[in-house]
Amino acid sequence: MAKKNYAFYPGCSSQKGASASNFVPSIGVMCDKLDIQLNEIPDWNCCSASIGYGEGGQLSRLVLNARNLALVEQNLPGQDLVSGCPACWLSTRETAEKLNEVDSLMADTNEALKEAGLHLSGTVKARHLIEVLIEDVGFEAMKEPVVKPLEGLKIAGYVGCQTNRPFGIAGESFENPQYLDKMIEMVGAEAATGYEQKVTCCGGALAFSEPEKSQKQIRDIVESAYDHGADMIVTPCQLCQANVEIYQSEINKKQGTKLAMPVVYYSQLMTVAYGGNSKQAGLDGNILRPQKLFDIIK
Amino acid sequence: MSELNQKAVAKYENNFLREVEERVEDGEWVKMCMQCGVCAGSCPLGNAWEHSPQKLFRMIMAGKREEVLTSDAMWMCTSCYSCIVRCPRKLPITHIMHGLAHYSHRLELAPKGQPTRELARIFWQNLVKTGRVNELKFSLAVYFKDGFVQGIKNLLSMQGIALGLVKARRLNPMEIIGGHKCRDIGGIQKMLAKAREIEDRRQGFTS
Repeated sequence: MAKKNYAFYPGCSSQKGASASNFVPSIGVMCDKLDIQLNEIPDWNCCSASIGYGEGGQLSRLVLNARNLALVEQNLPGQDLVSGCPACWLSTRETAEKLNEVDSLMADTNEALKEAGLHLSGTVKARHLIEVLIEDVGFEAMKEPVVKPLEGLKIAGYVGCQTNRPFGIAGESFENPQYLDKMIEMVGAEAATGYEQKVTCCGGALAFSEPEKSQKQIRDIVESAYDHGADMIVTPCQLCQANVEIYQSEINKKQGTKLAMPVVYYSQLMTVAYGGNSKQAGLDGNILRPQKLFDIIK
Repeated sequence: MSELNQKAVAKYENNFLREVEERVEDGEWVKMCMQCGVCAGSCPLGNAWEHSPQKLFRMIMAGKREEVLTSDAMWMCTSCYSCIVRCPRKLPITHIMHGLAHYSHRLELAPKGQPTRELARIFWQNLVKTGRVNELKFSLAVYFKDGFVQGIKNLLSMQGIALGLVKARRLNPMEIIGGHKCRDIGGIQKMLAKAREIEDRRQGFTS
């Protein structure tokens, strides 16, 4: 089968030594097994995330994202821009849609882009890696490489915010999307189907600036997973993963709880189910050790 | 009062709605709000808002300029987009909140030292420097924003988490002396300066 090619936008948190660097190896294994070729956008820049609005005006943020889209038009023509990061995807897609809707913003954007020697015509589509998996590969084909079904594992599918809103995955609801549960079942595990915190906000960037308020959110997200008998939480989002995993120890310290719920990426589950080892799955990067995945690899 | 604020007051006199429509991102949607309150009930940090989005919309229409622009309410937005997808009139509420926060920051009316305002400022300064976020420098800048002593206290309280991340190779101490960056930093900075110049002109901040 010919490989499907995409212009890949990794995002800042997925760089080597950054907070989601352990997401990357499993994306590599997963895409390899599914004949997906990710071609990194040369010299991509930050999308300005959701917190960029404070200092950066609307046009500044549009221009940052437009630069990445223009780099795709120039260097990887004909390919969709694909990101594994919900914030990168959201910012880029908002930009692509806004600029194609409002001619004056497109003109202003191009005037600024000229300073960096670039031009945008607006032909590139911005997609999430999950969209590629579901729409271009499909659940059947994603199931084929499974050699080690994750039997006996119960997993809470935590979709979070920005993978799900405002765009989400086509055909899914904002309040109770099903695809992550389907992916859990696809790799042979059991989905904690009644998990109430599926689309709750982890606090996002405010985990940093408003820790008390965010940790209340995080505690709910983790405790509900315990209530449903889950062995671990799975998420498609870098910030959800980091916030929900690393602040559990803080919550324990302040509130006397005993939270220790592993939080993994969907691609880590797939890599293990596809027969990958712990290094390929990036499990050495999890602070709270997902022991049951290590047991399956053995 | 900042110069930009004085000019804005003079230009719009008592028509705050028009000011928001012309100068705040997606502000032209504000008058579409029908006060149903779904946004207020959907916000994960709802209890922390001095004024809910619903109330802010009404206050804008009522000309409560000072109360709106000096409030820390908009800075409670986590960008979860729940309000956007639930709004029966499809108002881009998240964007309007971002726009109000940005505008109050530009006019120097936003509360001084408001933690998310400071976080946003530090984040932007960080990304503009190299074109990409340097998580180590970003975190350190956030911890030390209230001075050296508080910074050390913050570091000590977070050391367990930080060491865990370093051990998992998700925080690289070497980023302090360089780290990831774009090749065309010069082009990116010129492009952003141009964007700011155009935007200031369009919004009437400069002639």
